[in-house]
Amino acid sequence: MQYLEGRRYVVLAIFTLVGLLFASRLFYLQVLDDSYKTAADRNTLQRQVQVPFRGLIYDRHDSLLVSNTPVYDLMVVPREVKRLDSAKFCQLMQMPLEDLRLGLRTAKAYSRVRPSPLIQNLSTPELASINDNLINFPGFRVQARMARAYRTQNLAHALGYVGSITPKLLESPKYAHYAPGENVGISGLESYYEPILMGRRGVQYRLVNVRGIDKGTFRGGEFDTLSQAGQDLHLSIDSDLQAYGEKLLAGRRGWIVALDPKTGEILCFVSAPHYEPQLLTGKGSGNRYMDLLRNPDRPLFDRPLMATFPPGSVFKLVNELVAMQLGVVTPATGFPCDQHLVHCTHRHEYPSNVNIAIKQSCNPYFYQVMRAAVVRGQSPNKFEDARLGLGQWQKMVKTFGLGEKLGVDMGHEKRGLIPSPEFYDKLRGYHHWNFKTVYSLSIGQGEIGITGLQMANVLATIANRGYYITPHFVRSIGASGQPLPQYRERHYTAVDTTLFKYLIPGMQEVVDGRGGTGSFASLAQYGISVAGKTGTVQNAHGEDHSTFAAFAPANDPKIAIAVFIENAGFGGTAAAPAAGLMMEKYLRGKVAPRRKRWEDWVMYGDFTKRRH
Amino acid sequence: MSPVTTRSSRSIDWPLLLLYLVLVGLGWVAVYAASYSPDAPPHPLTALSFSELMAFNWFKQLLWMGTAAVLIVILLVVDYKAYDTLAYVLYGGMIGLLLVTLVIARPIAGSRSWLEFGPVRLQPAEFAKFTTALAASRFMAGINLRNQNWRDQAVLAGLTLLPVALILASNETGQALVFAALLLAYFREGMSPIILLLLAAGGVILLLALLVPKVWLVSGFTVVLLGAFALNSRLWRHHLPLSLSAWVLVIGMVFGVDFFFNKVLQPHQRQRIEMLIDPGKDPLGKGWNVTQSKIALGSGGWFGKGFLNGTQTKFDFVPEQSTDFIFCTVGEEWGWAGCAVLIMLYLTLLWRILLVAERQKSVFGRTYGYCVASILFVHFTVNLGMTMGLMPVVGIPLPFFSYGGSSLWSFTILVFALVALDAHRKQDLLR
Ligand SMILES: [Zn+2]
Repeated sequence: MQYLEGRRYVVLAIFTLVGLLFASRLFYLQVLDDSYKTAADRNTLQRQVQVPFRGLIYDRHDSLLVSNTPVYDLMVVPREVKRLDSAKFCQLMQMPLEDLRLGLRTAKAYSRVRPSPLIQNLSTPELASINDNLINFPGFRVQARMARAYRTQNLAHALGYVGSITPKLLESPKYAHYAPGENVGISGLESYYEPILMGRRGVQYRLVNVRGIDKGTFRGGEFDTLSQAGQDLHLSIDSDLQAYGEKLLAGRRGWIVALDPKTGEILCFVSAPHYEPQLLTGKGSGNRYMDLLRNPDRPLFDRPLMATFPPGSVFKLVNELVAMQLGVVTPATGFPCDQHLVHCTHRHEYPSNVNIAIKQSCNPYFYQVMRAAVVRGQSPNKFEDARLGLGQWQKMVKTFGLGEKLGVDMGHEKRGLIPSPEFYDKLRGYHHWNFKTVYSLSIGQGEIGITGLQMANVLATIANRGYYITPHFVRSIGASGQPLPQYRERHYTAVDTTLFKYLIPGMQEVVDGRGGTGSFASLAQYGISVAGKTGTVQNAHGEDHSTFAAFAPANDPKIAIAVFIENAGFGGTAAAPAAGLMMEKYLRGKVAPRRKRWEDWVMYGDFTKRRH
Repeated sequence: MSPVTTRSSRSIDWPLLLLYLVLVGLGWVAVYAASYSPDAPPHPLTALSFSELMAFNWFKQLLWMGTAAVLIVILLVVDYKAYDTLAYVLYGGMIGLLLVTLVIARPIAGSRSWLEFGPVRLQPAEFAKFTTALAASRFMAGINLRNQNWRDQAVLAGLTLLPVALILASNETGQALVFAALLLAYFREGMSPIILLLLAAGGVILLLALLVPKVWLVSGFTVVLLGAFALNSRLWRHHLPLSLSAWVLVIGMVFGVDFFFNKVLQPHQRQRIEMLIDPGKDPLGKGWNVTQSKIALGSGGWFGKGFLNGTQTKFDFVPEQSTDFIFCTVGEEWGWAGCAVLIMLYLTLLWRILLVAERQKSVFGRTYGYCVASILFVHFTVNLGMTMGLMPVVGIPLPFFSYGGSSLWSFTILVFALVALDAHRKQDLLR
C-alpha cells in the first residue's frame, strides 16, 4: 500500500461527480427545457414584416391629395459606439448636446446591442448632408421608412393623419398584427379605412446575426408571403370647393358641409379654423400637434361631426313634415302669429299657409304645428297625452338620421340628441311635464342637439323628396371601384315621400321671395333657384350662432349645403351669403368677380352689427 | 538515434497521447465551427493568401498546433532530470517575468497580463501554473506535510501564493483562481482534509448568503445545531466549544458576505455574481453573455444542429465564442450527445493522468501529476460551469478547445512534462 493511497479515490470521486453534475445540467438545458430553442429562434429568426405601400388618396376629379415619401431615422447601437466626439456629432446632426445624451441614455436603457431610433423623420436633403459623414461615427446608421406626403393644404380634418402606433392601440385586438413603431392611421379617413389603405403585409423569415445583419432566407423562403399594396381611396370631395370653403371661413369658427343629395357623397367638409395636414407629419410633428391642441380656437376639433347644437329654425321643416304625416296639419293650415305662445322674430303678414310660415320663420306658427302633432287627445290625462305624442314624434324624427350616428365613414361622429319621453321623465319626473315643458323643440331649441353633417343630410332628404343615402367621403375604393355597400342604399323617413314637395315653395320664398330671410344666398341672377332655411342658434355665452341650410337647383338638386358660423348672429346675415357663394362655386365652377364684395363680407364683415 | 530516446519512446504513455490528440483535434473542429462564416469561400486554403487566412482563428489555431507539436518533441527530448533540478530556477524566472509583465504590459481588456512580440501575444500567467507546479512538487519531495511542520507549510503556502498575488495584481482573477487547484495535489500528499472542507463549506455559505435572506440562514443553522444536540447528548458534552465557535463563524460569514460583496468586490466582479443569481434581470445588457450562452447550449437538443449549422454561434450571439465560450459551439452543433462524449473524454483524460501520477516512483513525479490533473480539472469545471450559468463569468479557457496559443502551449507543456517524467520512471528507480 502506497502512502495515503486512499486519497487517490477521493480526488477521483470529486472529478467524476463534477462530470456527472455537468452532464445532468446539460441534459436539463438541452433536452428537457424547450424554452432555449424558442429563444434561439427568436434570436436569429427575424420575422421581417414587409409593410406594403400605403394606398393613395384622390379627390373626386382624380387629383392626388395624399401620397407616400421616404423618410429616414437615425438609429444607434450603443455597444458599437466608439470614441464618440459629441460636439462634432451634434454639430453635424444639428441637435443639442442634451438631446444626444438623453437619446443615448434611452437607447442604452432599451438595449446595448439592438438599434434604437435617435432622430426620427429626417428628410431626404437632411439625410444627404449627414450620410457622407456617418462613417466617422461607428454605431450610428440610417434606416428608411415611408411617411405620408400631402399635395393639398386642405381637408386636414377629414383626411386625419398617420403616425407611429401607440402602445394603447397595440393592445386592442384590431391592431394585433401591428408591430411597435409601425405606421397606422390615427384619425379621420386614414383611421377608418386603415385595413384598405394598409394592404396586406408580407412576411419574410430571415436569418440574422446579432447586429441584425441579414444572413439569408429561412428554409428557402418556404414560410414567406408577399406583401400586397394598399388600395387607393377616391374621395367625393371637390378640392376646389373645399379650398374655397376653407378660405371663406379662414378667420372664423364654424363649418360648412355640402352633399350631393342623389348619392350621399360629401362634396366639401370645412371645419374652421383649419390647419394644414402636413403639420402632423415629419420632424417636429409632436410639438406642432401640442401647439394645435393648446390653441384656444381648437383647430383640431372636427366641428361638423363632433359639435352638436340645437338646430334652431331649420328644424321647423322637420316638425312640419312630421305633423303633416300625422295628418294634424295640411299645407293650407293657417295659425295666428300669437306672441303669447312664444316670441316671434319680427312682425309679418298673417301666416295663412305653410309657405308664408316658412318664409317668415314664424315661431308661434310652428309652436302650434308641433302642439297639434304632440297633443292629440290620446289620453284624458294631459301628462300622459304629451308622453304618448312626444314618443311618436321622437320615433318619426329619428328616421331623418337624427339622434343617432348617421354612419359616415369617419370614426368620431357624435350622435346628437332627439329627446324621448323617458328623457323628460328623468329630467322632470314621470307625469311632471307636458307640452308646455317641451315646446322649445318646435323651433329647434331646448333639449335637442344635431351635428353639422346631420343638418346637411336633412336638407339632402328634403332635396330628394323623402330619402337619403348615408353621407360618405369615399366614392370609390380603387380607381373604378364602388363605395362601401352601406353607402349605396336609400333610407326613407317615416314621412310619406309625397309630402316633401309642400315645403319647397316656402323654402324658395326664403331665398328669392320679397323680404325672404335668406335672400343673401340667392343665385337668381344665374337663373338658379335655391331652396333654403335660415336659423339662429341661441348662445347663452355670447353672440348667437348663424346657420343656413339649402339645396339647389330646387327642381333638380345637385348640392345640399349647411353652414354654421359661430357668434355671427342671425342666420341670414353671415351663413346665407357663404352658402350662396359655395353653391355658385360648385354649380357654376367659379364665382363671378362681381360677387367679390360678398366674399369680403363673409370673410371680413363685422356680423355683430345686426342688419336684417 | 540514441538508445535513450528509443527506450523512452517505447515507454511513452500512448493512451494519454491519444487522448491529447483527440481533444486537440476536436478542439480545432470547434474553433473552425465557431469562426466559420458562411460568406467565406468553400476552399479557403486554396482561394486565399496567407495574410487573408491569418484573419481566421481556425487557421491561426492550426499554426499554434504545429508549434505545439515542436514543443512536444522538445519536451520529450530534454533530459527528464531537468524538470526536477531546474524547478526552482524556472519558478524564479517566471516570478521575474510576471513582475516585468506587470510593469511593461499594455492594458488589454482591463488586464495587464499580455506580452506582445509583434503579432504574437503571450500570457505569462498561463505558464506560471506549470512552473509553480514544478516548484511545489520539488518542495513536496523534501518534506512531509503530515508532520505538521509549520515552517514547511508556510513556505509551501508562500510558494503558491506569490504568483497568485502577481497575477491578481495584473487583474486576471480567473487565472489566479486556477491556482486553487494545487490544493487537491497537496491534499493527496497529506494536507489536512479540513482545509478542503472549510473551503467548500465557505463557498456554499457564500452562495446561500447571496440567495437566501440572512434571517432564514442564521435561524436555519441554529435549528440544525440545536436539533443535533437534542438528538445526541454526547455531542453536547464533548463538542460544545467547537460547535459554538462553528456557529459564530457561520454567523460571521453570513454577515461578512454583505460586506465582502458590496465593499470588497469591484463593480464588474459584483455584476458577474449578480448575473449568476439572476441573469434575467438585464438580459440585453450585463446578463447578455450568460443568457446567450445558455440559449446557444440549450438550443442544441439531443444531437445538435449539425456541424456548421449552429445559428447562435455562427451569427455572433455568443461573445468570445472561439475562446472562453467555445463550449457553446459544441453544445449547439453536437447537442447533448456531443457534450456527454466531450465530458467523458475529459474524465478519461483526468483518470489517466491520476493513474500515471500514482505509478510514479518519486514524490516529485506523483505530486506533479496531481498538479496537472487538478489544474486541468479546475479549468474544465470553471469554464463549463460558467457556460452553463452555474458559475460567475470568469474568463479562463477550456483546455485544448479554446482558441489561443498561450493556453494550448501551456496545457501541452503541463501534460508532456508529465509524459516525459513517466517515460523515465524506471530509470528514476535506478537512481
Ligand atoms: Zn310670427
